[in-house]
Amino acid sequence: MKTPNIQFDRRSFIKVTASVGGGMMVGLSWTASAADVDEYLPLDPITFNAFVKISPDGVITLMSPNPEVGQNIKTAMPMLVAEELDCDWNKVVVEQAGLDSNKYNRQVAGGSGSIPASWKPLRTAGATARLMLINAAAKRWNVKPEECTTESGVVLHKASGKKATYGELATEAATMEVPKDVQLKAIKDFKIIGKSFKAVDNKKVFTGKQEFGLDFKREGMLYGVVARPPAFGMKIKSVNDTRAKSMSGIKQVIRFGNKVAVLGNSTWEVLKARERLSIEWEVDTKLESTADHDAKMQELLGKPVEKPQRKDGDALAKFEGASKVIEATYEGPFLPHAPMEPMNFFAHVKEDSAELIGPTQNPAPARKAAAQATGLPEDKISVMMTRMGGGFGRRLNSDFVAEVAEVSKLAKAPVKIIWTREDDMTGGIYRPACHYTYRAALDAQGNIIGFHARGAGLNVGNPLREHNFPAGALTDYLAEGHNHQSNVTTGPWRAPVHNFLGFAEQSFLDEIAVASGKDPVQMRLDLLTQAEKAPVGDVRYKIDRFKSVIELAAKKANWGKAPAGVFQGFSAYFSFNTYVAQVVEITLEAGQPKIKRVVCAVDCGVVVNPSHAKNQIEGGVVDGLGHAMYGQLTFKDGAPEQNNFDTYRIIRMADAPPVEVHFVENELDPTGLGEPTLPPIAGALGNAIFRATGIRLRKQPFSLNGVKNA
Amino acid sequence: MAEFTLKVNGTKYKVEAAADTPLLWILRDHLGLTGSKYGCGIGQCGACTVHLGGEAMRSCALPISAVGKAAVTTIEGLSKIGDHPVQQAWNEVDVPQCGYCQAGQIMSAAALLKKNPAPSDADINSAMAGNICRCGTYNRIKEAIHVAAKIVKS
Repeated sequence: MKTPNIQFDRRSFIKVTASVGGGMMVGLSWTASAADVDEYLPLDPITFNAFVKISPDGVITLMSPNPEVGQNIKTAMPMLVAEELDCDWNKVVVEQAGLDSNKYNRQVAGGSGSIPASWKPLRTAGATARLMLINAAAKRWNVKPEECTTESGVVLHKASGKKATYGELATEAATMEVPKDVQLKAIKDFKIIGKSFKAVDNKKVFTGKQEFGLDFKREGMLYGVVARPPAFGMKIKSVNDTRAKSMSGIKQVIRFGNKVAVLGNSTWEVLKARERLSIEWEVDTKLESTADHDAKMQELLGKPVEKPQRKDGDALAKFEGASKVIEATYEGPFLPHAPMEPMNFFAHVKEDSAELIGPTQNPAPARKAAAQATGLPEDKISVMMTRMGGGFGRRLNSDFVAEVAEVSKLAKAPVKIIWTREDDMTGGIYRPACHYTYRAALDAQGNIIGFHARGAGLNVGNPLREHNFPAGALTDYLAEGHNHQSNVTTGPWRAPVHNFLGFAEQSFLDEIAVASGKDPVQMRLDLLTQAEKAPVGDVRYKIDRFKSVIELAAKKANWGKAPAGVFQGFSAYFSFNTYVAQVVEITLEAGQPKIKRVVCAVDCGVVVNPSHAKNQIEGGVVDGLGHAMYGQLTFKDGAPEQNNFDTYRIIRMADAPPVEVHFVENELDPTGLGEPTLPPIAGALGNAIFRATGIRLRKQPFSLNGVKNA
Repeated sequence: MAEFTLKVNGTKYKVEAAADTPLLWILRDHLGLTGSKYGCGIGQCGACTVHLGGEAMRSCALPISAVGKAAVTTIEGLSKIGDHPVQQAWNEVDVPQCGYCQAGQIMSAAALLKKNPAPSDADINSAMAGNICRCGTYNRIKEAIHVAAKIVKS
């Protein structure tokens, strides 16, 4: 049998990075996993479909259409294709596709949706190409296709002993009729899905070769920085750019709208020149401060809404005559996204076309925004996504893409605009600030007879997710949400709304358990049983899955049986179609909580790549803990009061606890993991702190309550 | 503008730049070595970490005029073929999410292991305190440093 040995067959590849890499010789064996196409350029690849290319020399190239933001989708998506194509994962190369709305659906890194949306289409693409290869072999050998099988990139006809590699069949196979209704593998037959393959770009990341947006450079490109209003609600009154223009390396200074772009030869030169701009700003609209925001939200929490988001029975009536009423208000601040790579983008806008290159989670709207900014039709604008140094939702917005497109058009030059950390943190689109008041009416046995959630947020839209558990389990339930317009811009932030709502809700359920003398785990299970036996209204969660994940977390954490001095807190939350239950264990050291362990149970259906799935889960937990402990962006007269990592604290290594991950094993279609583990974690921590200290933390960040670190 | 001579990854370079230009921007914009990342510009996040005379140093806050004759090593020069024990360990543990901070993390870890070939968790927490990972891969970084220490030992 002749199998192409890619590892040693140098003729198969043209090294395209040799000049950059200083002659580094890289074999595929380094990662023992698929490689990135930037390192190897397959010869004459033959296109089967939008996802699969096969070269006659045997190299299989798989396209990854969605933006890579650290969720390792560039490894997961091709794994789905490779599984059904039935090829050797270690011998494929992976290529990042640019935006192509004709070829691909949903090229978005958001909503924890990439894997669920690609689960069947990408497997089908692989299976279709496989069947075309089989059909080509069958035709060549004059045998029936049903008699042929495949194994690791080879078609076999067992009866005759005939074999041919995919490469040998590629030219013929690509001309075969595209089969419809291809059969997908049974889960038990998976060889690639479910295995922890390393990320395809590891090698480049660890050697400094991985290109991020900020690293992109084009000959003749101008570096740019932009002076933006120092506060929300301000505008330019006058600009004097004489000194800035005279600085070394400066090519152009351009005023556009309420901003001024400084363009030149290098980053440092444009940064220094920007400091020499004399800009007079004036108040345009209102300058808001955090005190105003908090007062407004508190005011709204005292008022009913005209049309509740959800109303089952008559919750308000149940509060009269209840044995016990408990009420608690939770307060969440604005948060910046603060991805490690600040915003940046490259644009080259010409007379009749434009090229955009950079880090975006959402390339289709980015193209649209650039079209609006330049007046060019969308089909004349190309978008290539670079790997992103984090996004957390910030890069779902296209403000920074429209901006660079406008500047490139005005400058008549290729431009890359770079945001400093301060620009990034203060020129934001933030997680909206939200406050919630929860109330529960209990009967003499501690059962919930009425439940009332009221939220108020700034530019949040709907501050509630009104179908969240325990809705569905309660006869009398009321959810009301207020939205207040602010001139502070907001947008999606990892697990939008859920990210603070999950804390409020999971803390309040714990408060109910304490008030009614119930175990918080058993109380949730009992409520789920209630929802199963007598569902009320719309029940969006699957009761058996929710129960399983709760039971798994409780079991793995040895819930309720912590050793003396260890205090446990529980939470369980359903979002983005994924079920999560968490236990946080803390001790007290000199009166301060210290997190010892987090146990996280997850039901996300089939796990595509356990290593990367766990990484997302661990990351969501650490991110959620860090922001609950330290994160807040406050405003004074329209200006953010934190602007860099000295004033805005991000969780560091010493504060990141060990995270144990346990998956509920099932064969259900996979759901996403980028977001769902974040919303409940702060609740589990707050609940543990209450058990340890008797102090109920209802306002974030916890550092405001004197909690120094955890 | 002044001319500076730099030794980076074993190669001598002459660069013309303002004396206050941080080493990071010299590496990235002048020498095309973009492996060292910009994250904060004030030495708070560690994404720009390089070795200066063998010590971990934040290149974003170090003016070119202060570099002197000390040899600079960046992530691109940490090993010839990407097989430094820390790089091997990072792959073994499959550390990264977005990967943007990892060059700085690797440079800090390599400097730590040079001084302390068998660090405890507390040693690691302390040595890595200046490196932020916004994705939260800290547990994997810690594990990878222990793995690297084993590779060094063997």
